[in-house]
Amino acid sequence: MGITVSNISKSYGKVTALSAISFDVKPGELFGLIGPDGAGKTTLFRILTTLLIADKGQAAVAGYNVLNDYKSIRKSVGYMPGRFSLYQDLTVEENLNFFATIFGTTIEENYDLVKDIYVQIEPFKNRRAGKLSGGMKQKLALSCALIHKPKVLFLDEPTTGVDPVSRKEFWEMLKRLQKKGITILVSTPYMDEAALCDRIALIQDGKILEIDSPSAIVSHFPKPLYNINADNMYGLIESLTKYEHTYSIFPFGEFVHYTDKWDSMDKESLKAYLESQGLTDIHIEETQPTIEDTFMELAK
Amino acid sequence: MKRFVGFVRKEFYHIFRDKRSLFILFGMPIAQILLFGFAITNEINNVNIAILDQANDVTSKEIINKIASSKHFSIVDVIQQESSIESIFKKGKVKAVVQFENNFGNNLIKKKQANVQVLTDATDPNMASTISNYISSILKKYQQELNKNSTIDYQIIPQSRMVYNAELKSVYMFVPGVMTVILMLVSAMMTSISITREKEQGTMEILLVSPLKPFQVIIGKVFPYIFLSVINAIVIVLLSIFVFNVPVNGSLFLLGVESVLFIITSLALGILISTISATQQTAMMISLMGLMLPTILLSGFIFPISSMPLPLQVISNIIPAKWFIIIVKGIMLKGIGIGYIFKETAILVLMTLLFIGISVKKYKIRLE
Repeated sequence: MGITVSNISKSYGKVTALSAISFDVKPGELFGLIGPDGAGKTTLFRILTTLLIADKGQAAVAGYNVLNDYKSIRKSVGYMPGRFSLYQDLTVEENLNFFATIFGTTIEENYDLVKDIYVQIEPFKNRRAGKLSGGMKQKLALSCALIHKPKVLFLDEPTTGVDPVSRKEFWEMLKRLQKKGITILVSTPYMDEAALCDRIALIQDGKILEIDSPSAIVSHFPKPLYNINADNMYGLIESLTKYEHTYSIFPFGEFVHYTDKWDSMDKESLKAYLESQGLTDIHIEETQPTIEDTFMELAK
Repeated sequence: MKRFVGFVRKEFYHIFRDKRSLFILFGMPIAQILLFGFAITNEINNVNIAILDQANDVTSKEIINKIASSKHFSIVDVIQQESSIESIFKKGKVKAVVQFENNFGNNLIKKKQANVQVLTDATDPNMASTISNYISSILKKYQQELNKNSTIDYQIIPQSRMVYNAELKSVYMFVPGVMTVILMLVSAMMTSISITREKEQGTMEILLVSPLKPFQVIIGKVFPYIFLSVINAIVIVLLSIFVFNVPVNGSLFLLGVESVLFIITSLALGILISTISATQQTAMMISLMGLMLPTILLSGFIFPISSMPLPLQVISNIIPAKWFIIIVKGIMLKGIGIGYIFKETAILVLMTLLFIGISVKKYKIRLE
């Protein structure tokens, strides 16, 4: 009843968007597709929502084959495209009403499902959708995708361009929807959101790098990771790039995430090297890897 | 059904909230019909005429030969009695009938003057007056040649008579044309734009991932425009009757039915355009270049089809507007019934079915 994807490939002319992708989403799972822009996430969503036909491979959504049973899938899934795709010249309420009607239902019938989300935009129900803020647009789009009580929900980058507070609220809503038994496939370029999924697939250049729970993925990080900072960030990165023991460096907020070529690294000699490069106020301490670190490591 | 109503309601919201389309919908018909009240002169070539020669003598034969050898006219029919004049006009085969009186040649010799009657179909008033001028000048030339070799002053007197539009009002001619252009514009362009807008704004993606069937989307899209176009047609007819005093000689009901048919033809064309264009701009360009220009230039609205070069005359046959203009002129100005415009109606029906057939085949149930 979830989603099954096996060996799906798709290319646009000479550009390969997806190459032999396989994964399963269990019923009731909140599954994340994590990857940068152009990784092939939207293409995969469109194949699963029956909008595109894959060149090779099989896929099933809620037990229906995406090719032959496309009509059944269209009745039972909710889809929120990456681009805001509601009627901008219709009001909030008219949009929701319209989508309820074309799915043969009413707002009242499934109000409990969208209630948590809809109450937040209800004060603006007479405002045209085009005049809403980014976060409110996403809430409206989610309400519209949910109003017919879908079995599977597809959310393509629902939080792109949304402020941090709204992003947090949005994910809390997804968690609540999951408790109501809806299978959710969500994609995002934000690694910090990945930790909120049950399982995630890291995807890049049309290939899946790894599939696992966020904590397991983080534990796969192969080396000890260090936070390093100094008075001069630019000088720090430049010096570390030249350092002979450097395995990888990756700027992360106010720190640089550093791994060494050797498993037992010598903090003191690194510090001495950095001081010799004219840097001061140097701190080096071991830290926990994040999904972003894992992604960067896998994507190397 | 509820889905359909919901969809149609949404379409009306789109239309009434978009000031631009509202202007095109209702401002344009009024502006155009008021603007097009002017005459346009044009040259005539190979106009089909008929001869009614009641004299059948040497002189009349000589004049007929002169007319036949002119590049302006081609004689396509010779009729025997006066009673056939009306039916030959109603069939629309000829634009004029040249009638020689009994004993034309004798009268000319004995009474020194004889009469020729030139009857013209003045539903196209510019053309009618041009035709009668051309024929008069042929007669005059013949008369001069006759008088050169003689001392007697012979006179051939041409009598012009306009059939159907005796007052020669050019607006009579423009009303059917403007009506055609407006209905074509509103129906074809507006639907093609409104369907491609869904593609462009990404809402088609959501509509596709819904239980709505393609034909429900399309019918839902075109339904409001059928309704609005019918209102437009009524406005145009009322304006013509009350502002320009154009008569509606035929049945208003038949005019209404034929208009709805033409509206559906145009809507089908609009759907067809939307299936081949990805953006609103493309749809608009195709509608303007591919539909509006031929509709205005090649349909017989402004330039008479009979005066066009042969290739253009052939092309004009595939333009729905040509047939609708014939129908509207026939009903409004000649007062003819369905019997006389059966062929034109059948052609429009066939075209509509063809357009709908192609659109259904080309309509995409997926994104590519």
